[in-house]
Amino acid sequence: MSLLELQRAVARAVMQPLTASQNMQRRAPGGGSMQRYAARFIKPNDRLTSFERLEIYNKQYWFRVLDSLIEDFPGLRAVLGERRFDAMAEQYLVAHPSRSFTLRHLPSQLVPWLRKHPKWAGKDQKLALDIARLEWADIEAFDAKAEPPLEQKDLLQTNGSDSGAGAAKLKLTLQPYLRLLDLHYPVDDLLLEVRKEDEDTDFASNAFAERRKRKRVRAVAKLKPSEIFLAVHRIDNSVYFRRLEREEFAILSALGNGKTLGAAIQPAFRNSAVPTEEQPEKVQTWFATWAALGWFWHPQKKHPPR
Amino acid sequence: MSASRFNGFTDYGIGIGLRSPHYHHILTRKPVVDWFEIISENFMIDGGRPLQILDQILEQYRVVQHGVSMYFGSAEKLNREHLRRLKDLVKRTKTPWLSDHLCWGSVDGRYTHDLLPMPYTFEAAKITAQKVKAVQDFLEIPVAVENVSSYAEYHESEMTEWEFLNEVVERADCGILLDVNNIYVSSQNHSFHPLDYVNSVPAERVAQIHIAGHSKYRKYILDTHDHPVIDPVWKLYERAIQRVGHTATLLEWDDSIPSFQEVHDEALKANKFLSASVLAEAV
Repeated sequence: MSLLELQRAVARAVMQPLTASQNMQRRAPGGGSMQRYAARFIKPNDRLTSFERLEIYNKQYWFRVLDSLIEDFPGLRAVLGERRFDAMAEQYLVAHPSRSFTLRHLPSQLVPWLRKHPKWAGKDQKLALDIARLEWADIEAFDAKAEPPLEQKDLLQTNGSDSGAGAAKLKLTLQPYLRLLDLHYPVDDLLLEVRKEDEDTDFASNAFAERRKRKRVRAVAKLKPSEIFLAVHRIDNSVYFRRLEREEFAILSALGNGKTLGAAIQPAFRNSAVPTEEQPEKVQTWFATWAALGWFWHPQKKHPPR
Repeated sequence: MSASRFNGFTDYGIGIGLRSPHYHHILTRKPVVDWFEIISENFMIDGGRPLQILDQILEQYRVVQHGVSMYFGSAEKLNREHLRRLKDLVKRTKTPWLSDHLCWGSVDGRYTHDLLPMPYTFEAAKITAQKVKAVQDFLEIPVAVENVSSYAEYHESEMTEWEFLNEVVERADCGILLDVNNIYVSSQNHSFHPLDYVNSVPAERVAQIHIAGHSKYRKYILDTHDHPVIDPVWKLYERAIQRVGHTATLLEWDDSIPSFQEVHDEALKANKFLSASVLAEAV
């Protein structure tokens, strides 16, 4: 058996899901007995069979990857319930095993996968997708790059002119860490609540913590739909959620898609409830806030080399 | 081994692993620590808090990089994106040497995120050594390979684990990160004498030593890094130091992590053996 063949055979067994009682399956990948499969390449010793030795690695693999998803998606776990989440996570990992040197990328396909497989998303797929999108955005915002933010003078230089016509043609680039989400449920509140609960759980007894968790899951199930727009962003390298108005979200999304300022602003107010006379002031306030938060940068203005 | 080409001609003492529960203590109290070992993969990112913390640590302390997913022993090609990011981090930390494990963990582009044991064959030694060499050439710093704890052995093996280690490091002309806890764990799981291993390692290539705790189960021992170092492991460490002399030593504590002080105090127990080696060299 070549090195590659051996590694393929071991990996197939190690990455095969555990049984419901968290042991290695009796059936080998591709059929047949796992006892015989393991004995083909693993030596037994005086205490453990080939099966038992391989099982140590099979368990380690699943405990590690499942723990990683559990840690990254406490909100989705609260929404689905622990058992349903664990079953969903296993199915997802079978379909999308890690293809990166870091576990950080493990959930990168979770949202599209969940969209394609609604049966794993619980009773309310929209809610499950919302919370999964928020938690993935949170992971991405945490360690994405931050570019030097645009200052007022940079804005004028980029523009070439401070005239209205020049400003309309202006293109602004959003910070790589900024994520914009349109959601059906106020899952930002939910996630903050779940995190608070998890922090409190560290100081509570197991039984008490479990009771609180169940109560929380019931509360989650009653969460009412309410359309929200959210920016997941960073201040001082901490991730924050900021609610946006519908028009604000539309402008930022259009800028993020490479539209000019003019092309971004006008369509954002189509069918808007904001009275026309109030729109210029709104836009001005939003831009001042976004600039203060450092959400824009200029691709030509890079970090100096370290 | 003190100051050699395998550790970038440095003379580091006792370090501990940089772990997030200790960040606040380290940054506010600034304890005296000779050096910190970081897990490279935790910092191979584009930005955010982890890199901010790392930069603050680098202002005050010496840092050595330790990787967990290069998988020198995987039959597939090296991951170029991994290497590119690793090199960026090497430039940032100025690590004098870098280590990763003598194991495999990925195949056909799928990662297990585990340190899977190698079959001790000449084919595997050749492939592994080629990859270590390639990484060393690309990064332009010394690379040390670490022996892992293992729970399984293959029928395919043609030599002992320490013979395999020697075969790889000679072919790759690289250093060794000798983990004496891993030697102890594997010796219990595979019924060999741990001193046979320690006594067979080419002393001049040992760039660094790892010590750690583990967990004992009924039929095997798991390398869990969640306990203090046990006496038999200290004995192996003592023997290793007798052979290799004063060597950069690091305590790994990755689970159920106690206070910074407790971890540091445990690591500093190694001083007893390091001091004895300095005395012996002086006589």
